[in-house]
Amino acid sequence: MTALNRHLLHYLGWRLLQSLVVITIVVIGSFMLLHLVPGDMVDVLGGQRGDMDAELMATLRARYGLDQPMLVQLFHYVTGVLQGDLGYSFRNSNTVLSLVLQRLPATILLVVCSVAVAVFIGTLAGVFAARHVHRPIDVIISMVVLIFYATPVFMTGLGLVIIFSVKLKLLPVGGLITPGVDMTTLQLIGDVARHMILPVLSLSLFYIAIYARLARASMLQVLNQDYIRTAYAKGLGTSHVIIGHALRNALLPVVTMVGLQIAELFGGAVLTETIFSLPGVGRLAYDSVFERDYPLILGVLLVCSFVIILVNLIIDLIYTLLDPRVEVSR
Amino acid sequence: MLRRVLLSPAGFVGLLLLLMIVGMALSAGYFFPKGPWALVARPYQWPGQRPGLPFGTDSLGRDILAAIFYGARVSLIVGLVATVCALAVGITVGSLAGYFGRGVDAVLMRITDAFQTIPGFLFAIVLVSILSPSVTNIVIAIAVVSWPPVARLTRAEVLRVRETEYVQSCKIIGMSTPRIILTQVLPNSLSPVIVVAAVLVATAIITEAGLSFLGLGDPNVMSWGTLINVGRPSIRSTWFICVLPGLFVVMTVLALNLLGDAINDALNPHFRKR
Repeated sequence: MTALNRHLLHYLGWRLLQSLVVITIVVIGSFMLLHLVPGDMVDVLGGQRGDMDAELMATLRARYGLDQPMLVQLFHYVTGVLQGDLGYSFRNSNTVLSLVLQRLPATILLVVCSVAVAVFIGTLAGVFAARHVHRPIDVIISMVVLIFYATPVFMTGLGLVIIFSVKLKLLPVGGLITPGVDMTTLQLIGDVARHMILPVLSLSLFYIAIYARLARASMLQVLNQDYIRTAYAKGLGTSHVIIGHALRNALLPVVTMVGLQIAELFGGAVLTETIFSLPGVGRLAYDSVFERDYPLILGVLLVCSFVIILVNLIIDLIYTLLDPRVEVSR
Repeated sequence: MLRRVLLSPAGFVGLLLLLMIVGMALSAGYFFPKGPWALVARPYQWPGQRPGLPFGTDSLGRDILAAIFYGARVSLIVGLVATVCALAVGITVGSLAGYFGRGVDAVLMRITDAFQTIPGFLFAIVLVSILSPSVTNIVIAIAVVSWPPVARLTRAEVLRVRETEYVQSCKIIGMSTPRIILTQVLPNSLSPVIVVAAVLVATAIITEAGLSFLGLGDPNVMSWGTLINVGRPSIRSTWFICVLPGLFVVMTVLALNLLGDAINDALNPHFRKR
């Protein structure tokens, strides 16, 4: 094993340990939130059925361990969550885990597409603006970016619905697939894509602005470095220098930012999914808030946090691969 | 400092827009003594359709302009108070972690990590629905989800300032730790935090509007988000009910961002050439 690999493994091991600590804190926090709610699971069940007597409720409490001291309950909760048991949703007569997992693909599709669109368009706009710094095109890009940056996700979503679905009738108002139509796989992909255009656009507009600002600033900084001058002096063409030398370094802050914002994107997904009635976890959380289904809301919160921690680990890995300086620290 | 902010175009426009919004919030009672809930005309009147109702009426026949004036109060107050709370928590956590380092730092920073891992808006929804929607609880929820970046920033600055010679010499002359933190370290590490504060107010306003939009706003208070929520069912026909208050959200956030940028440039003059 080379020294570089050992260094990398050591670092990843340390990050993994940190993530485990963070997960534990999140789980404990979620347990505390669950107990902030007045009444417990059995009260909910009793309220729903309406014919439970005190004896039956006590039996049920004993059966689910709700009569035990707080710390014991916390222990059961934490071990349960670590084994994938996030509780039971009486409103939906299903386990929280399976309910959340059913809805997760739509949200992940939305978030991944939005990040991809935001990074691609944002970086492109930022690099372009940096190449033409202080010229009219830079000023125009900066102003558009400033307005995107100030527009809340739900306003973008509503605006896009009004323009493209209601006025122009170009794209569907909501949902993930057109119901009641038989389609081949290819048609299905096309149909989902048509449904995803507006949600992805409304979620990514704000982040396009962030990445454009970031890429512009970081590109301007990188372009002043000595190694760029060296690359030009070697006789390399402009596009080669920009893509091969400048962009690689200018992208580092963008990658860091994606990691920091993945959590925010999941939050924004709640609004987007609600506006476009997409069957994702955000919509699930929204519905369960109004049904007062707290185990389900916290399940969504926990699963999202796991996904976010996982994504951050992956991003760390990408970062070490992208950053040429890692080799120096051998 | 203030002069530099005012002289930059971004700072000037930002301050002008913000003063306009503040003016609206202050004069709401003067221009609309009947309050935002009064029914003034038939529902769904388009802007300009009736004299005296330049922004039209909503689904119940309430004056949209009045609602926007009163909404400015809610947005500004929620934004400011939530930011002050987030700053208080964030600065405390960040300065303790940065100054004491080691165990204190590790514990506080993992807690900060945990808060940053949870999707902020989702967490705010959960908190508001558990605590019941009221302005106070909305402020608490927004503060709870927005302190971590402040803590991180403060910690980084404190780590830098802690090693400076003037702090070391304060330790040598036997100054007490709280006094060193409060009189030496914090005043020298808070300038980047001021920039973040402007953005925090903006984010808080967006979060409040988002919560009210989802129907989790304080039912006794007319905010911009409430109005957007009221207009949503009829968005296909009377879209102006959503769009008009939305424009004011955008304008306020834009003003705060511009101001933040201008303050940032004024604090770091060497970045201005970029």
